[in-house]
Amino acid sequence: MTTTDTAVAGEKTLKTITLSINGVKIEVPEGTTVLEAARRADIYIPTLCYYPDLEPYGGCRLCVVEIEKMRGLPTACTTPATEGMVVTTESAAINEVRRSSLELILSTHPCECLVCHRRERCGPNDICLRQVNVTDRCVTCPSNQNCELQEVVDYLGVHELSIPRDTKPRDIDTSNPFFDLDRNRCILCSRCVRACQEITGVGAIDMANRGYDVKVATFGDKSLMDSICRSCGECMVRCPVGAMKPKEITRPDKEVKTVCAYCGVGCSMYLGVKDNKITGVRGDPEGPANQGRLCVKGRFGIAEFVNHKDRLTTPLIRKNGILVEASWEEALSLVAEKLGKYHGDEAAMITSARATNEDNYVMQKFARAVLGTNNVDHCARL
Amino acid sequence: MAGLATTFGSGAMTNSISDIVDARCILAIGTNTTEAHPIIGMNVRRAVRRGAKLIVANPLEIGLVHDATIWLRHRSGTDVVLLMGMMKVIVLEGLMDISFIDKRCENYDALKESLLDYPLNLVEEITGVPAETVAAAARIYAENSPASILYTMGITQHTHGTDNVMAVANLAMITGNIGKPGSGVNPLRGQNNVQGACDVGALPNVYPGYQSVSDEKAQQKFEAAWGTKLDPKPGMTLSDIIPAAHDGGIKAIYLVGENPSLSDPDGKHVREALRRLDFFAVQDIFLSETALLADVVLPACSFAEKDGTFTNTERRVQRVRQAIEPVGDSKPDWWIICQVAQRMGAKGFDFDSAESIMEEIARLTPSYGGINYKRLESGSLQWPCPTEEHPGTAILHTEIFSRGKGRFVPLTYKPPVEMPDDEYPLVLTTHRSLFQYHTGTMTRKVRGLNIFRKEELVAIHPADAKSLDISDGEMVRVISRRGDVKAKALVTDSSPEGTIAMTFHFAESPTNELTNPAYDPVAKTPELKVSAVRVEKIRQAAASPA
Repeated sequence: MTTTDTAVAGEKTLKTITLSINGVKIEVPEGTTVLEAARRADIYIPTLCYYPDLEPYGGCRLCVVEIEKMRGLPTACTTPATEGMVVTTESAAINEVRRSSLELILSTHPCECLVCHRRERCGPNDICLRQVNVTDRCVTCPSNQNCELQEVVDYLGVHELSIPRDTKPRDIDTSNPFFDLDRNRCILCSRCVRACQEITGVGAIDMANRGYDVKVATFGDKSLMDSICRSCGECMVRCPVGAMKPKEITRPDKEVKTVCAYCGVGCSMYLGVKDNKITGVRGDPEGPANQGRLCVKGRFGIAEFVNHKDRLTTPLIRKNGILVEASWEEALSLVAEKLGKYHGDEAAMITSARATNEDNYVMQKFARAVLGTNNVDHCARL
Repeated sequence: MAGLATTFGSGAMTNSISDIVDARCILAIGTNTTEAHPIIGMNVRRAVRRGAKLIVANPLEIGLVHDATIWLRHRSGTDVVLLMGMMKVIVLEGLMDISFIDKRCENYDALKESLLDYPLNLVEEITGVPAETVAAAARIYAENSPASILYTMGITQHTHGTDNVMAVANLAMITGNIGKPGSGVNPLRGQNNVQGACDVGALPNVYPGYQSVSDEKAQQKFEAAWGTKLDPKPGMTLSDIIPAAHDGGIKAIYLVGENPSLSDPDGKHVREALRRLDFFAVQDIFLSETALLADVVLPACSFAEKDGTFTNTERRVQRVRQAIEPVGDSKPDWWIICQVAQRMGAKGFDFDSAESIMEEIARLTPSYGGINYKRLESGSLQWPCPTEEHPGTAILHTEIFSRGKGRFVPLTYKPPVEMPDDEYPLVLTTHRSLFQYHTGTMTRKVRGLNIFRKEELVAIHPADAKSLDISDGEMVRVISRRGDVKAKALVTDSSPEGTIAMTFHFAESPTNELTNPAYDPVAKTPELKVSAVRVEKIRQAAASPA
């Protein structure tokens, strides 16, 4: 029903192809990757570097599959599905490669939280029986229980590492007022880097160095605050682990879909709510104007003004030159009484480009039908 | 908007935000897209990544300049000349879309004739852009179809803003860049619901749906619907209301959710005008600089506390949903107005929900006729959407223009009203920061945003700074015929020589004390992009003894 459906006029209809995954026949449009085809059919293939709106990357090697008539184990995220393709997503050989890849990722990641058998029973303030470093503990990670790496570890059933761990401390960038970059938790999937290049076109961060020294860094290894970063947070929302996280995290009780109150783009967003306060904002992937994207004001600039202590909470009436608190009845009656004294064009109504259509409709109706004037305008020109 | 209404018959973005990425050429003129419309800025950059050519026309070195194929750094206020110059090249080199012009447009010969007044050497002299650069831009725009034009206040906030808009429309029509995906003339509206406020009649000359108040049929329709007599005489725009309040013609103002003390030109005059009112009521979510002047202040809910709809810049109506209970004793704006109306004995203000108001809007507004909350629950709708079966309209003017034929308008160059002189040798142009919003009533409350940008900065070219003995970060005084403002200097060649740029986000440095309220005679948009000023060093009070 939405108009975006009709907006793609001119896009040629794609050919449909049929492939088989784990013996299930699946029809997909040409150009679909093996991974996307599997997801459509609800067949799980583990991934870490894949993200729906980023170009396929093939970095984490977890999505390897077997495809008849193809050599080796191709990555499902980078392989286009073709007619008659026969794909297997589970086998001993596949699991071995996936587990080795995962162990390499875990060797540089604080992973006690991932492989600990007590994890589910461990409360936020419990003492860790394994006596690992504080920085290594599951409860210190903002993504604990909300982590794609945890999901993959659980799926592949990795409980200990066969290779030595590299526990060298890595730089943490806390310069941005809204989110942190903790490289100790980074798994180098490059989703943040690709988001900054492909989604925002800013390119503030990149993968720097080689080998063991690879890291997410800005140009010249400056802090995010001193870089060209525009703080939209598109990197952060794509981080699969706890490496990029908001400084303040309150898990909401519910989310309400609405539209941003700042500029005219009209980004669709979800407001997180807990205890009648806005806890945070999430871009709506279905949003026709923004497709999930938000800017710094939309993502980080809403909760604080809505919940701000300076909000007007009661009517005020000027008495002896000072604005003093009044009841609604008193204030409304006073406005009605005063406005009733003026005739037609002696009065004017200035409405708000920030208020809703319904608010503005009622305001212009009020000016025309009650005040009797067409003196009604708003700041369209400013 | 008046400019597009003249040429196309409908003053709104012709295309959709999502189809900008399909453009093969984008002309961004008078818009700092990545700062003011960040998500559309992302789309522009995505189009460039896909191979689209980007032409940026802006006196300031905005972020998109670094993504551009070509940057036209024309002088502030010379847009008409620049665009007519581009059209001249297009016509001379036969790059126009003759079949589109013949089939869809009228008055082409008059336009063609008027192009004789724009020899390229004159274009270069007035705009400061080399003739060959203008020609190159014209070729890129004409040869890479579909081409989309994006513009904002850099085009409209001039005393000849309507001419600027019509020049943009001429350029799009002459190349047939109307009515197909990735093309169009796309004014990006600044505020979340400025499009919607216009659509539902918050304008002095039109009822909801742009039905003229002086049209007898429209008058009768609304008189019947609202059960009252209505005045066929158009009212005053905001730009006229303020002077009328100053002169005593207007005695009472009821103002909702705006902050003209900081946002309107010649701020001192604005505050004087508001103080002279017999009665001034303000309804807002914060006690703004303007609310401080009110006789009564009514606390409104924020967008997070109410239901309703916003219409974005691409004519898309989307649902706003209540997420939390109203803060304190605040109320939805519509509820407050209805309460006042009822206390004044008015009928037709007994709405019990935002949804019931939308039902009345849809009944009286042809372009919103098919819009209701039930449909909006499953998605958004772009107007025109006249019936409940209509899917909405992503692209305007696909077959015919709203007015029938697209009208070419010959244009003559009019310089800004206030040009620099010996006393005020610099041009002040206003712009915006990504990290603040309008007069800062909301963004100044967010600590993190103020870490990024906490104060006004006077962007001044190094050569101007040197001649005035001003160093980066030093407090300076900016003076115009109307006022003076202190702010910190930012020495940067992102401002051209002879031009300074300031935002108007900061009450401590109220830039609009300086700006010129002279306005476009048709659109009544003030010339905020060009005011003559001088910059002075602030002398240190206690200089060390000689």
